[in-house]
Amino acid sequence: MNRRWLALAVLCVSIAAWASAGRAGEFDFSGFVAAELRIFPNDPAFSDQQASSFSPSLVLQPEFRYEWNQGDDRLIFIPFARLDANDDERTHFDPRELNWFHDGGVWDLLLGFGKVFWGVTESRHLVDIINQTDGVEDLDEEDKLGQPMVNVNLFQDFGTLGFLLLPVFRERTFPDDDTRLRGPLPVATDKAVFVDRTDGPRIDFAVRWSHIIGDWDIGLYEFYGTGREPRLVPGSGSKGQPVLIPHYDIIDQTGLDVQWTRGSWLWKFEGLVRGGQGDRFGALAAGFEYSFFGIFATAADLGVIAEYLYDDRGDDAPETPFDDDIFMGMRLALNDVQSTEVLAGAIMDRDSQSSFFSVEVERRIGENWKIEVESRVLFNVPQSDIVFGLRDDDFIQIRLSIFF
Amino acid sequence: MVHFALVSVLAALLLAPTASWAETPEEKGLTIAQEADRRDLGFLNSEVDLMMVLRNRHGDTSNREMRIQTLEVPDVNEGDKSIVIFNRPRDIEGTALLSFTHIAEADDQWLFLPALKRVKRISSANKSGPFVGSEFAYEDLLSQEVAKYSYRWLRDEPCGDLQCFVMERYPVYENSGYMKQITWVDQDEYRVMKIEYYDRKDDLLKTLNFVDYQQYLGQYWRAHKLLMNNHQTGKSTDLLFDKYEFQVPLSEGDFRPNRLKRLR
Repeated sequence: MNRRWLALAVLCVSIAAWASAGRAGEFDFSGFVAAELRIFPNDPAFSDQQASSFSPSLVLQPEFRYEWNQGDDRLIFIPFARLDANDDERTHFDPRELNWFHDGGVWDLLLGFGKVFWGVTESRHLVDIINQTDGVEDLDEEDKLGQPMVNVNLFQDFGTLGFLLLPVFRERTFPDDDTRLRGPLPVATDKAVFVDRTDGPRIDFAVRWSHIIGDWDIGLYEFYGTGREPRLVPGSGSKGQPVLIPHYDIIDQTGLDVQWTRGSWLWKFEGLVRGGQGDRFGALAAGFEYSFFGIFATAADLGVIAEYLYDDRGDDAPETPFDDDIFMGMRLALNDVQSTEVLAGAIMDRDSQSSFFSVEVERRIGENWKIEVESRVLFNVPQSDIVFGLRDDDFIQIRLSIFF
Repeated sequence: MVHFALVSVLAALLLAPTASWAETPEEKGLTIAQEADRRDLGFLNSEVDLMMVLRNRHGDTSNREMRIQTLEVPDVNEGDKSIVIFNRPRDIEGTALLSFTHIAEADDQWLFLPALKRVKRISSANKSGPFVGSEFAYEDLLSQEVAKYSYRWLRDEPCGDLQCFVMERYPVYENSGYMKQITWVDQDEYRVMKIEYYDRKDDLLKTLNFVDYQQYLGQYWRAHKLLMNNHQTGKSTDLLFDKYEFQVPLSEGDFRPNRLKRLR
């Protein structure tokens, strides 16, 4: 563990201990344990990938909370641990959250490992930038590593001003060299290159303004620091074998997210402009979600989602599959006692016609159990497409969790 | 003094009957609703624990636990604000729903998803959908403002040991699942004792009984048990309220979407 992390954690805990000294607080413990099985119906595309069709793993995520001052001060610790039968990189531990939060009324402060989400669209979380993606977890980039931060928010009449100081950079995680979903070549995370980085500590910054004006929810931010998305540059590993080496660049990024909510319509827009990786480029994700409530005279709701993804980046920026894509999806909520939900969608590249399908079904069992089934399938992928290396890694995943 | 007495008698003869003759059932219904609302003014805010017991027609039960914070908005043209924070079932622990009710326009709602740390503005058009799988619709729980209905007084009749006004109310907001509701309001304290819900086809759908009223701060009455029976499906939901607190340290600022994260 990085020494600076440890220092931050110790600082955070000591402040909280000092602040809470002699005062009665409230302790809360919860979390979940999950057993997961991934099934790969196809043989792997590359001979150096494990041929096993079944990949089991185990997840543990407890949550410890301690609150005092009527909840104005809070300590949270949410460690995450996974044991994976096939992937040594996916077997990992991460402090998702370990922070002290103070609510000062018109301002608040978070110190320690935290998580911040920005954005509105469903198919791509384009403007979300604070936390690094935990890439070994899933393809949807929704799993994030805990980010050490000092986050201050000021609540004003003109909106909320958020300031983030991010003193430690976290590198993206990638599947192990010989596993499924690793892509065409192993990623040599131990050889990661930090471009333009001078000696000494490097601190990333972000400032964000967000506001609600009637039916409009608006967020605008500026980020300056190490880009979370690495470029994967071909190189050679320790034994001279071909690998991809992550290169992290210093970037500046302006991001905007807007949602207009009217009746059954949600209109969404995310856009960014980024400099520091070749020519300055722009990208957007925009579309709508329309909900039909109580379909077929039942309690079920059906949401229909359509989004367009565009990305103008050049060859000096990390490659993305979402350069000119259309997403169509639907969300079905049965609104039953078991909270059964289905989320299904497909992203199609307008140029290459390659398609990525995804289905997620979840349902509670009894009071404390939950079953989730998801499947991710690629169709029609030409060799030129960035996801070509994943073409034989379609999978079905079954996850059974118990919450406590 | 004789002169004064005569004027009083005349005034009584002329004015009092005129007032009641002129009052239509619609006006009387509205007056009752306004009086009930007036008696609940000034509570500022409240916080309460809620346990929901969902029962299917075979008698199998499933429980929900949540905490509800309510903020009274002093502006008479605006509805109240509320936050529902779920505690059980455990898989939705920490999920929070923030609602701003409005009188004339659609409500605003935001959902906080703790796993993603995401605050999502959601459509408030879903009035008639079941609230967390229960027999309560969103519109039964939130959005209870006078101007959201039009009224018609039907009759007075005994309700248990009390005497009740019985009146119909018709939702005037969009997307209601009901044609009408019949409410029983007691004449002593203007507390709702019972509501019958009629679906869009005007068939009796549900009956809600309010039980165990307790008074707070010497003024505000709150029922501690709400028993909802769905006559069409045979399912029922009980709401059991506990630990009501009024005038707690909650302010306008706590009911902002981007502060939902403080709850988790």
